[in-house]
Amino acid sequence: MGRFWSLLFLSVPIFGVGVFVWAPSHGYGLPKDVSAHGHQIDHLWNFILILTGLVFVATEVVLFWFLWRYDAARHADPVKYTHGSHNLEVIWTILPAATLLFIAIYQMNAWADVKIRNPGAEGMPITVEVTGRQFEWRLRYPGKDGKLGTPDDIYHVNDLHIPVNEEILVALKSADVLHDFFLPELRIKQDAVPGMQIPVWFKATETGWYDLVCAELCGWGHYKMKGRLTVESRKDYDKWLDDMYAAQEATK
Amino acid sequence: MSSHAIGSHAHEMAHAGEHGHAAGFLGTYVFSRDHKVIGIQFLFSTLLWFVVGGLLALAVRWQLAWPWKEMPIVGPMLFSAEGGQISPEFYTMLFTMHASVMIFFVIIPILAGAFGNFLIPLMIGADDMAFPTLNMLSYWFMWPAFLCMTLSFFVPGGAAAAGWTGYPTLAAVWTAAPGSEMGQTLWLLGLIFVGVSSMMGSVNYLTTIIQMRAPGMTMFRLPMTIWAMFITAVLQAFALPVLTAALFMQLLDRTVGTGFFIPEGLVVNNTSAGAGGGQTLLWQHLFWFYSHPAVYIMILPAMGMVSDIISCFARKPLFGYKPMVYSICGIAGLGFIVWGHHMFMSGMNPYLGMGFMVSTMMIALPSAVKVFNWLGTIWGARIQFTTPMLFALSFVSMFIIGGLSGIFMAATPVDIFIHDTYFIVGHIHYVLFGGTAFGVFGGIYFWFPKMFGRMMNEFWGKVHFFLSFVFFNGTFYTMHILGAGGFPRRLADPYHYASFRDMQPLNQFMTICALAMGASQLIFVANFFYSMFFGPKVGRNPWHANTLEWFAPTPPGHGNFDMQPIVYRGPYEYGSPEVDTDYYPQTQPPPEGHEHTGDAGHH
Repeated sequence: MGRFWSLLFLSVPIFGVGVFVWAPSHGYGLPKDVSAHGHQIDHLWNFILILTGLVFVATEVVLFWFLWRYDAARHADPVKYTHGSHNLEVIWTILPAATLLFIAIYQMNAWADVKIRNPGAEGMPITVEVTGRQFEWRLRYPGKDGKLGTPDDIYHVNDLHIPVNEEILVALKSADVLHDFFLPELRIKQDAVPGMQIPVWFKATETGWYDLVCAELCGWGHYKMKGRLTVESRKDYDKWLDDMYAAQEATK
Repeated sequence: MSSHAIGSHAHEMAHAGEHGHAAGFLGTYVFSRDHKVIGIQFLFSTLLWFVVGGLLALAVRWQLAWPWKEMPIVGPMLFSAEGGQISPEFYTMLFTMHASVMIFFVIIPILAGAFGNFLIPLMIGADDMAFPTLNMLSYWFMWPAFLCMTLSFFVPGGAAAAGWTGYPTLAAVWTAAPGSEMGQTLWLLGLIFVGVSSMMGSVNYLTTIIQMRAPGMTMFRLPMTIWAMFITAVLQAFALPVLTAALFMQLLDRTVGTGFFIPEGLVVNNTSAGAGGGQTLLWQHLFWFYSHPAVYIMILPAMGMVSDIISCFARKPLFGYKPMVYSICGIAGLGFIVWGHHMFMSGMNPYLGMGFMVSTMMIALPSAVKVFNWLGTIWGARIQFTTPMLFALSFVSMFIIGGLSGIFMAATPVDIFIHDTYFIVGHIHYVLFGGTAFGVFGGIYFWFPKMFGRMMNEFWGKVHFFLSFVFFNGTFYTMHILGAGGFPRRLADPYHYASFRDMQPLNQFMTICALAMGASQLIFVANFFYSMFFGPKVGRNPWHANTLEWFAPTPPGHGNFDMQPIVYRGPYEYGSPEVDTDYYPQTQPPPEGHEHTGDAGHH
């Protein structure tokens, strides 16, 4: 039976790698990236996938080989009576430590781009205020004067319009419980926290409609807290804002 | 010392009676102070909750595969008003209670409560725990927790439904969700009792391991199981007070409106949430300050047991005993400074996130060292493929996957995308099911003969292993692919989003595997109970193992040992050239001319 069990353990790296090879060809995997910063995240994903994939295959195959080779039922060799090896311990401590430290430093720039280098700190005005509320996304645009909290603010729900190829600064808030502002195609995710206003910035590189997902449990209706991101040309965006403003004035 | 038997077999009860022990039935089997009985009580309670937690998980899987379809058999019984389908509020309760039950009622108490209790005195050569009454209380404090959680399913609004992390303000405000009514209060009370129980246990384990080791049992002759239990107890002793404080704060927020976690002027569901003045993120820091070390509380003991099982069936000393011990200590130390990696997307200071990212990367190191040493142990071994060995090997194989997938989430930019997706659900189940649960199964098959004096059936044990292993991977491996597609956790109907609709066939495949995995556990249940009464009887040391529990009678009587164990060497002297047998028990005096035999160390 030793052979059978060894082969069962060999099937782990075979199927493990197989699934990751099969998936992209069937449309499963990272969704298309339409953001300016997303390629850094996708690059890191692929880099870590390959690195961990190699370690995964190597360790699982070694596990299989030792099980196959040292099966007591088929080999009469005496055991290697040893309590360890100082040199091996040093090697397999330092090598992973160096690798992990490298990954840690390698990724810092991508993190800083998405979460630390806030354009709002350099005076960029807020493009739109997004407020999560059970179970909808409430949107407020500053209007013509570029300032929030003035009478010409434009209000909307769930349909977030932004211009393409321009830096967007979102002021993210929550009215009640935790929500999470998740744009899968733009590689953006940020919790919306009651009592806090959190800046989120990104630049979309392609026009189109994309999902706005609530990714933090916010109650029984969490699954239906669905928004839409509309990325459009500057002209279309300005027109949409004007139409919205006109419609809002008409109902006053 | 008396050979008074404490096993739970009918025929031994009569034997016990002959000694006229004053305790009687209640004192011997119910309110027992004997660590072995308490351990077995923990074992049965936690296995029962394992069934509950598993059924909750299957209901979650049902909804993900066939949302809003009538659940077979149970659907019409539970929700006849809704046509047998799971409602979204019931779905949020399902995954909340699945995680809460599995973590707080199964994994933590089965490792520390069942195995810790049963094994610590036996493996260090003590006659019982340092504080037997405290030990008994640590079990009985689980019962108020069991009652609170059970009751919570039947109160208005149902059981807690704010996730097992109980994040405010969803959890702290009564009007936020149906599950945030009485159910959440009972959930908090339940966890407080679990905490009290764990605290009593950890104090006891620390004292016992430090003070009550047999003559010759130095710290560096302790089996890895005991080292792991020791470090786990340290983690519990230092981290639990913080969780307890946080639980009381949320309880006060909910009952008297203290507003620790509720900001000024909050209105939830058109109702004022009270005075406020608090900080939502404070809960997350306090909760994860405990619950991240708790992840290690949930795996270190399994790592220890797996080390012992692998060395025994490799018939070879554990490779790198001291590096293994230092790795556990390293995991425990680093475990206290990585909690922020659960909060990368929470709105906490992004510079702080960077710091937590570095410490999180580094905590992968001791885990890697452990894997390499397990592989070193089976190199040049004479491997016996017994059921406990297969489960222990699968622990290593699956932990490699769970460990490596953790690196994706530690990398903060990648976490931006995969945070709160099925990638993390896959990761956590590779660590806690493929890792801990398989380690626990291995431990049960391994120590069952010592607990009940009879062997479990090997053939059916292997069938159980094979089916669990195959269906486990079928259920959880594809979750990584879902996560890569951005498929979010905790959605009652993910297909509400058009972009996730093409992932439904994968989810159906996973659900079928999960149902098959659940059904496979029936083999284990049958094997367990049949073997308890009809399995072949065994002597003291059926596996030819070295550690002290195998020196005690089977099953051990009150006071454990019929002779005082004296320890001459480390626990892993398999294949030693000093003796003719391929094992060399810790208690066996060295032959003439060999005054000193090696402690486990480098050669």
